[in-house]
Amino acid sequence: MTGDQKNDAKRRAVPLIDGIEKVTGRARYTADLEHADALVGRIFRSPVSHGEILRLDVSKARALEGVIAVVTGEDCPHTYGVLPVAMNEYPLARERVRYRGEPVAAVAATDEEIAAHALELIEFEVQELPACYVSADARSPGAMPLHANKPDNLEREVHHEFGDVRAGFAAADLVREATIHCAEVNHAQIEPHACLADYDSATGRLTVQSVSQVGYYLHLMLARCLEMDASRIRVAKPFIGGGFGARVEVLNFEIITALLARAAAGKVLMRLTREENFLTHRARPQTDIRLKLGMRRDGHITACECEVVQRGGAYAGYGIVTILYAGALLQGIYDIPAIKYDGYRVYTNLPPCGAMRGHGSVDSRHAFECLLDRMARELKLDPFAVRRANLLRAPTRTLNDLMVNSCGLEQCLNKVERASRWRERIGKLPPGKGLGMACSHYVSGAAKPVHWTGEPHAVVNVKLDFDGGVTALTGAADIGQGSSTMVAIAVAETLGVSLERVRVVAGDTAITPKDNGAYSSRITFMVGNAAIDAARKLKSILAEAAAGKLEARVEDIECTGEVFHVGSEGQSNLPFREVVKAALVDRGAITVSGTFTCPPEAQGGKHRGGAVGSTMGFSYAAQVVEVSVDEATGMVAVDKVWAALDCGHAINPLAVEGQIQGSVWMGMGQALSEETHYVSGLPVHASLLEYRVPTIAESPPIEVGIVESHDPYGPFGAKEASEGALAGFPPAVINAIANAIGIDLNELPATPDRIIQAVVERRRERRLVAARRAAS
Amino acid sequence: MPTQIPQPRKRLLRLKLNGRWHEGAVAENQLLSDYLRESARLTGVKVGCDGGECGACTILLDGEAIPSCITLAVRCEGRNVETIEGLAQHGRPNRLQRAFHEKLGTQCGFCTPGMIMAAEGLLRRNPHPTDAEIRTALSGNLCRCTGYVKIIESVKAAAEAAL
Repeated sequence: MTGDQKNDAKRRAVPLIDGIEKVTGRARYTADLEHADALVGRIFRSPVSHGEILRLDVSKARALEGVIAVVTGEDCPHTYGVLPVAMNEYPLARERVRYRGEPVAAVAATDEEIAAHALELIEFEVQELPACYVSADARSPGAMPLHANKPDNLEREVHHEFGDVRAGFAAADLVREATIHCAEVNHAQIEPHACLADYDSATGRLTVQSVSQVGYYLHLMLARCLEMDASRIRVAKPFIGGGFGARVEVLNFEIITALLARAAAGKVLMRLTREENFLTHRARPQTDIRLKLGMRRDGHITACECEVVQRGGAYAGYGIVTILYAGALLQGIYDIPAIKYDGYRVYTNLPPCGAMRGHGSVDSRHAFECLLDRMARELKLDPFAVRRANLLRAPTRTLNDLMVNSCGLEQCLNKVERASRWRERIGKLPPGKGLGMACSHYVSGAAKPVHWTGEPHAVVNVKLDFDGGVTALTGAADIGQGSSTMVAIAVAETLGVSLERVRVVAGDTAITPKDNGAYSSRITFMVGNAAIDAARKLKSILAEAAAGKLEARVEDIECTGEVFHVGSEGQSNLPFREVVKAALVDRGAITVSGTFTCPPEAQGGKHRGGAVGSTMGFSYAAQVVEVSVDEATGMVAVDKVWAALDCGHAINPLAVEGQIQGSVWMGMGQALSEETHYVSGLPVHASLLEYRVPTIAESPPIEVGIVESHDPYGPFGAKEASEGALAGFPPAVINAIANAIGIDLNELPATPDRIIQAVVERRRERRLVAARRAAS
Repeated sequence: MPTQIPQPRKRLLRLKLNGRWHEGAVAENQLLSDYLRESARLTGVKVGCDGGECGACTILLDGEAIPSCITLAVRCEGRNVETIEGLAQHGRPNRLQRAFHEKLGTQCGFCTPGMIMAAEGLLRRNPHPTDAEIRTALSGNLCRCTGYVKIIESVKAAAEAAL
């Protein structure tokens, strides 16, 4: 095979290796697992937003025939959480409840009806306390603190300043500010949360199968909360129906299910309703942003000042990271000489927020790209020209010392500008039609892991045995993004064998090496590199065996298309299975371990704010959105999207395209229709009818361009492809609406009522101006 | 004293399920989705919401795509029910299943069985649908992964493929 053919093989669009199971209905998700002998778990939840627990009596529930176990906060005196520094939440409330729907007690019963009836028998008395549902209320003097150690209800304040901000604004020709509000949104993954826990009281072993994106975190928290030796726990991942960040943190119901299983000395299946999924939440917070930018006449940004307030909900969760990312990821995409960031994460009596696709970056990026467009307009500059004026040149380091090793943003801009015929069409569209654009980026995994253990950031084991089958073992959770397929391709390509020869076993803490999981788009970069490392080690063992048989030097041995040969011409050659046989002599089954670790220089500087957002590789994206806006109804129709993303190298172009389309579209949901809505803490959005995920009817064609900047550290040069494009959609569509009807919206989502209100306000202002003019 | 929970009345149900007749007692209030998942163990029928919101449970009832989570099992007396498990012939995935696999019309896969059944219902009554007809037919099925672009491509590819 020539080099080019080899390259083509790598470029092959590969369907998911577990795709057949999914399309035939054979794929088993947590709720589908065999559970005929399992008890039914149900959770009793707080009916109030804030209160001291006066009395919790579960004796009547416990006495009900068919109820096998009841657990309460008494059964777990340990907090849990994703960040070791911020675990302030119990799986079941103790002493105080802080949001409506917080778990208080749980039952395991022989069937659904009995479990439901048992919940009705639980007696719960609570002394209600004042509750705060709005960030400003929670921060106002005299507000009731949710947590004793945070009297001002601020979970975390961040104040970072890089460069000379004052000088930057002084050097600007135009300084403008915008205040932008983004509604809270939810992941709304289609598979509802579920957990199957099995406790064997004879051996003291616990097996948990759950929807987790990070089985390792769940394993750790189960050991902590159940006070068990971690070696007696096994966490295994069935098929998972989407995550988008919802399942990175360990979730209360997972620990509760395990507590019930142990109390019942058996197996418990917990399936949450869709309403309970919304209560479990952990998604993108309602966010208020005040942004100020300085710009020179030629479009160069001279300074940026940004204040972000996030309504974080009742517990810490991922909050510290979210509020840090919202500031840190102002960097890494444009060359900005001075940045000041002030972030406030606020406790409120609402379900806790957490990580969601584009974690931390989306709302800040939205505000930034909207204001950039408005200022460009004022300076009569083209939106593309303004972005081009501020491009980063890789390799470089940002003000906060983040590594930028590759950057294909310019090519992304070129691609979508051309594909959308921007230059020919901008400003020439009929009334009500508009074009808008924006850029965005995201990390390929955090270079600094949340749990500092000194272990590699990723480990992949590869096993080869008598049958010639190559099995890759990884803890990385395939949640639908195709990570197992990526691992299979990385191993097959490196070894020079067919993809069909490679099996992937993923996400079982009894079998697969620990992995930090599916979050912050780390898998392709870190696990991909570890998989290549493992495959290389296996290849060198096989090459040695082949060299012995072919009487050649090891370094001359090549393997392509499952044939080992000497040099590129390959006159004498050996089939793969012959080489396997030779390699197993004396040694037996081979298992090799590959690792990947982000080097210290990738983990950010030592100074304040230096390590936040550090990553080995940023993905970059640009997109153009075309809209039709009906001023009479306020309806926005997205006619078409052109999106381009620099993923370094597309290991599986089909999957990259799918990820880009999916993330752009998820950005559309946030931009146009999705928002949560609470009335006195009650989530009135808690169904898939009220929470408006876009249907196929209103979803546009999304044309994808893939840019490959060949990252020097990425596996085959690859970077992330799943999150970077999301944050560009909301500003691109808001900019398109401005282009269509001349209105700059400051609120997300751009629902018809908000558009109509803006149109009415503009009409009123114009009338006022006309009246004043007439009067003078 | 243990509380008594009233038991629902049961009825004998006979229905054709993926080509074979089944007979058994079911509670009068049992949902078809529960019957299919729990009694028949056809777990390709997914439940993604609290009733009629997401379309993941879509099956064919006498050839028509309906949400099984808001249909009573007893309504299917003497009728023909088809689920995702019944589409493959002799272990060979049908054209929609192949297209969804090859074109990446499935990512996490949870909405996929319902999506494919809705598309199967469409192709049976309209073998060559337009984009607009595909959008209308699948508008009751939510997908959170794909942005629907590759779902539409998959249905079109299946329509063009031989049976």
